[in-house]
Amino acid sequence: MAGEWNVRELSMHILDLAQNSIAAGASLIEIDVIADKKSDSLKISIRDNGAGMSAEYVAQVRYPFTTSRTTRRVGLGIPMFAEAARECDGDLTLDSSPGEGTCLEAVFKLSHIDRAPMGDISSTLIALIAANPDIDIVYRHQSNSSEFMLDTRELRVQLDGVALNENAVLKWIAEYVADGLSDKSLAIDN
Amino acid sequence: MKTLEDLKKVREKALEQMKIREGKFSARVVVAMGTCGIAAGAREVMSAILDELDKRGVTDISVTQSGCKGLCEQEPTVDVIKDDQVVTYGYVDSDKARQIVGQHLVNGSIVDEWVVTATN
Ligand SMILES: Nc1ncnc2c1ncn2[C@@H]1O[C@H](COP(=O)(O)OP(=O)(O)OP(=O)(O)O)[C@@H](O)[C@H]1O
Ligand SMILES: [Mg+2]
Repeated sequence: MAGEWNVRELSMHILDLAQNSIAAGASLIEIDVIADKKSDSLKISIRDNGAGMSAEYVAQVRYPFTTSRTTRRVGLGIPMFAEAARECDGDLTLDSSPGEGTCLEAVFKLSHIDRAPMGDISSTLIALIAANPDIDIVYRHQSNSSEFMLDTRELRVQLDGVALNENAVLKWIAEYVADGLSDKSLAIDN
Repeated sequence: MKTLEDLKKVREKALEQMKIREGKFSARVVVAMGTCGIAAGAREVMSAILDELDKRGVTDISVTQSGCKGLCEQEPTVDVIKDDQVVTYGYVDSDKARQIVGQHLVNGSIVDEWVVTATN
């Protein structure tokens, strides 16, 4: 059954990989999406300040039977993302140290025919923020030398004590992201 | 173009919503966000729940997430916790999610058809 799971959008992988950071107790998750037409590459990285992993554990994490979960004997998030990158002439690297955090980075060939679309970044960010209002999220999106950035730490300053998951705030964030990413030069999917 | 300055107004609106619920949530909704849930569509379910609550102007229901609960086959799953009862719905999609908001969270009647497990 597990083999049938199919994560169709890169933004869904991002949501899934950020779950690992949340499970590791991160208070800050930094997500970078950097497309570069010249080098025909798309780099996606997720960095957190959570519990981290030992070097031995990191070495095994691509293997689905390496998981700290107890409800299921396989962990699929990282193996699936690694597979998606490898199918697109890319690769995944994982850097982690206990007590400091983790940085996972995948590179794809931007124009590769099998590269999944980015999909709905806004929904991914909203799902993360709505359910985890105390975690800070930094989303940095670069393409063709344009940039869009969302940093919840900056929003908090303006909100002065009001939580990020209030309906009115979430709605504003969704519009802000949609607005920011509507800039054509930031488009990654054709 | 939206600017961070707009948030000042948004903050005022949020403060009003907070005043109405007086610090009390009437129910909690939990969307399972393991890889199993996400691959099955948990993100769209979450979006639909947030949108439906917003459309109905409901501000006293908290929306959170859990990891994989071992119900991988039934994902996406959604728990509704109301009046000390936990009801787990399975095979939820955007459409069902909106109906769960309307029927269970707002009107208080469980949608039996989609229930996977429920405590008394
Ligand atoms: N950012 C991280 N910080 C700390 N540990 C991590 C991090 N990412 C992954 N891990 C560890 O690696 C394991 C494997 O991760 P992976 O995402 O592949 O599967 P999973 O999260 O266990 O299950 P699934 O993703 O299928 O729900 C996790 O169980 C966790 O122990
Ligand atoms: Mg995972």
